[in-house]
Amino acid sequence: MKTKKIQFSLNDKNVSVEVDVRESLLDVLRQKFHLTGTKKGCGVGECGACTVIMNGETVDTCIFLATWADGKVIHTIEGQTIDGQLSAVQQAMLDEGAVQCGFCTPGFVMSITSMLESGKEYTREEIKKELSGNMCRCTGYQNIVKAAEKVLQSGILP
Amino acid sequence: MFDITSYEEANSVQHAIDLLAANPQAQLIAGGTDVIIRLREGKVSDANLISIHDLDELKGVSIKTDGTIVIKPVTTFTSLAEHPIIKQHLPFLGEAVSTVGGPQTRHVGTIGGNVCNGATSADSASTLFALNARLCITGPSGIRTSTIQDFYKGPGKVALTHGEILTAILISPKDYLGFSGHYIKYTLRNAMDIAMLGCSVTVKLGIDHSVADFRLAFGVAAPTPMRCLRTEAAVKGHHFSEDLVERVGELAVSEVNPRTSWRASKEYRLQLVGELSKRAFRKAMSKTGGKGV
Repeated sequence: MKTKKIQFSLNDKNVSVEVDVRESLLDVLRQKFHLTGTKKGCGVGECGACTVIMNGETVDTCIFLATWADGKVIHTIEGQTIDGQLSAVQQAMLDEGAVQCGFCTPGFVMSITSMLESGKEYTREEIKKELSGNMCRCTGYQNIVKAAEKVLQSGILP
Repeated sequence: MFDITSYEEANSVQHAIDLLAANPQAQLIAGGTDVIIRLREGKVSDANLISIHDLDELKGVSIKTDGTIVIKPVTTFTSLAEHPIIKQHLPFLGEAVSTVGGPQTRHVGTIGGNVCNGATSADSASTLFALNARLCITGPSGIRTSTIQDFYKGPGKVALTHGEILTAILISPKDYLGFSGHYIKYTLRNAMDIAMLGCSVTVKLGIDHSVADFRLAFGVAAPTPMRCLRTEAAVKGHHFSEDLVERVGELAVSEVNPRTSWRASKEYRLQLVGELSKRAFRKAMSKTGGKGV
């Protein structure tokens, strides 16, 4: 099958990789870059476990062809912890007990990080709406929304 | 790996048309939020894809000198809703597409894909019907224009022959200047769901504060999105009142033809047609800031 050499910025480093045009960006991140923090959940863009931030916007990588990543700027969960220091969003998730099994957590962290980076102010209802593309089977969402509220009110950049 | 048999990236509209012409099996992929899901679920196999995902000439919103708003099809739902031209002139269209899926889907999915899928439930469709949108279609023999009504042929069927591409959605100034509008998406869940019924109303007030123009469009009330022309005619020229609102609800029910599906029964949808048309009318009127609302 046809392959294509693509280049993109991945967690602030320029990378290049040969991808099969049939591959999802999720599989390339997980299998070729071994960035397994980005989770493979539903595979149809519903659960948000595979969320990364691409050119400033959240994207479900499971339904995004890897070849389209060419030239893009991508941040994954692995880029959030720098020198062992959790990001403000990660710390808020920890403080609020917003993590149980943890499978959905990277996706939620990326969605909340994207909200924080937007610089906008969010009401609780708007936070819920912005997190509607991420699903969690354990927490009941309350603590996740609390963590998002807390970190967004603090205004600390990630 | 997705079940993709061939994949080409178009570098221009003409290139995409040539690629389509060269492969009778080929289909276009823009945002991919429908095509890839169908591939993943096995509803489509051996896909021959031609990607227009990165075709910048098919992205963006602009206004022509005559006031016509031009929406390019590969504009994502998010960039459409956030575009200054849409915010200023068609905020209700931005609100409508902001009900699609979740944020991740709206960042990638495109309005052209929403229309070309031919789904009666498409969140952009009923508002585009209410706006009398015209579609610019480019093919091997040149450019033609279609009304959005003529474009929808049936469930999942649109009037694109092989080799043709939707290249612009046009809204005339006579269809948006002075209009307010409101879209209601009725769903089982508050997010990440497909419409059980979609209802879009646009209104324009006359100098005497009567309803000078009124459009009522539905998604999922028939095999394709549709307008309720008899209801519209009965409203135009009258002053807004609760009686008029009731009349809209009664008449609209007589014009639609919904079916029973697992999402809702025909009877439930008819109930929704009556109720949502009234609610959307009231809301659209309140956005005009007119008297007597």
